[in-house]
Amino acid sequence: MHRFANPTRFLKFARPATWVCLSLGLLLLVPGIYGGLFITPPDYLQGDSARILYVHVPAAWLGMAGWSGLAAASIAQIVWRHPLAFVAAQATAPVGAVFAALCLATGSIWGRPTWGTWWEWDGRLTSMLILFFLYLAYIALADADRERGGEGRIAAIFGIAGTAILPVIHYSVLWWNTLHQGQSISFVRGESSIAEELFWPLPLTAGGFTLLFAAAVLMFMRAELARGRVEARLRRQAEGQR
Amino acid sequence: MNHWPFIIAAYGLTLGGTALLLLVAFVRMRRFEKRAEELKRR
Repeated sequence: MHRFANPTRFLKFARPATWVCLSLGLLLLVPGIYGGLFITPPDYLQGDSARILYVHVPAAWLGMAGWSGLAAASIAQIVWRHPLAFVAAQATAPVGAVFAALCLATGSIWGRPTWGTWWEWDGRLTSMLILFFLYLAYIALADADRERGGEGRIAAIFGIAGTAILPVIHYSVLWWNTLHQGQSISFVRGESSIAEELFWPLPLTAGGFTLLFAAAVLMFMRAELARGRVEARLRRQAEGQR
Repeated sequence: MNHWPFIIAAYGLTLGGTALLLLVAFVRMRRFEKRAEELKRR
């Protein structure tokens, strides 16, 4: 990680990596989406609406993984003062916010035919909504800090403190007896209670969306680094004209 | 209840949202990288 803390070295890696992530992401997503929509059988209990799983679950994972990445970058920013850490955290925030919003929206759409309601203030839904608001708060904080010429330390502290919501989201279905179904997949135990013929498109869509997430973060990081170069050059030009 | 309108809405929203996100990121990246190149050439 320390090797890529240098912006020039990072850009050398990021330029090809952006296109690799984009193309590989699409390559995984197409068969995953097709399989989820047309090949897998309907669920015995939920019927066809269970197909929403292939977009809803990756969105939920990425909404949470995005904040983990943001928090890791914030730690690097505070502890090692990596020049790229704030850029990485800032680039991750809008992407994570979009996936958290997609998780909420697709969950709501899934809830209507399954539970008979668009929204319920249950533990999982409410904690995910809080995560979405945390993303918005981080974006506002980081923008305000950058405009004041700060290094984003307040935003970084907020990013680290915000990780408290992640275990709440994860364990919400165990702590409270809620409408949202319990955990079907455990990464720790490497187990899934989803039938094999329904499960196989999920790794494809999860992998595809993860790579597209990475491509979007890399593009936002490249934009932020270029913006920094533009501002530095304009500042030097203005100082030269004085 | 027919589930397909809900499935189409969920997939449309996710794929459309992801495409829009990637487009915004790409346009922003291109705009600043182009501007940085122009300033460097001057």
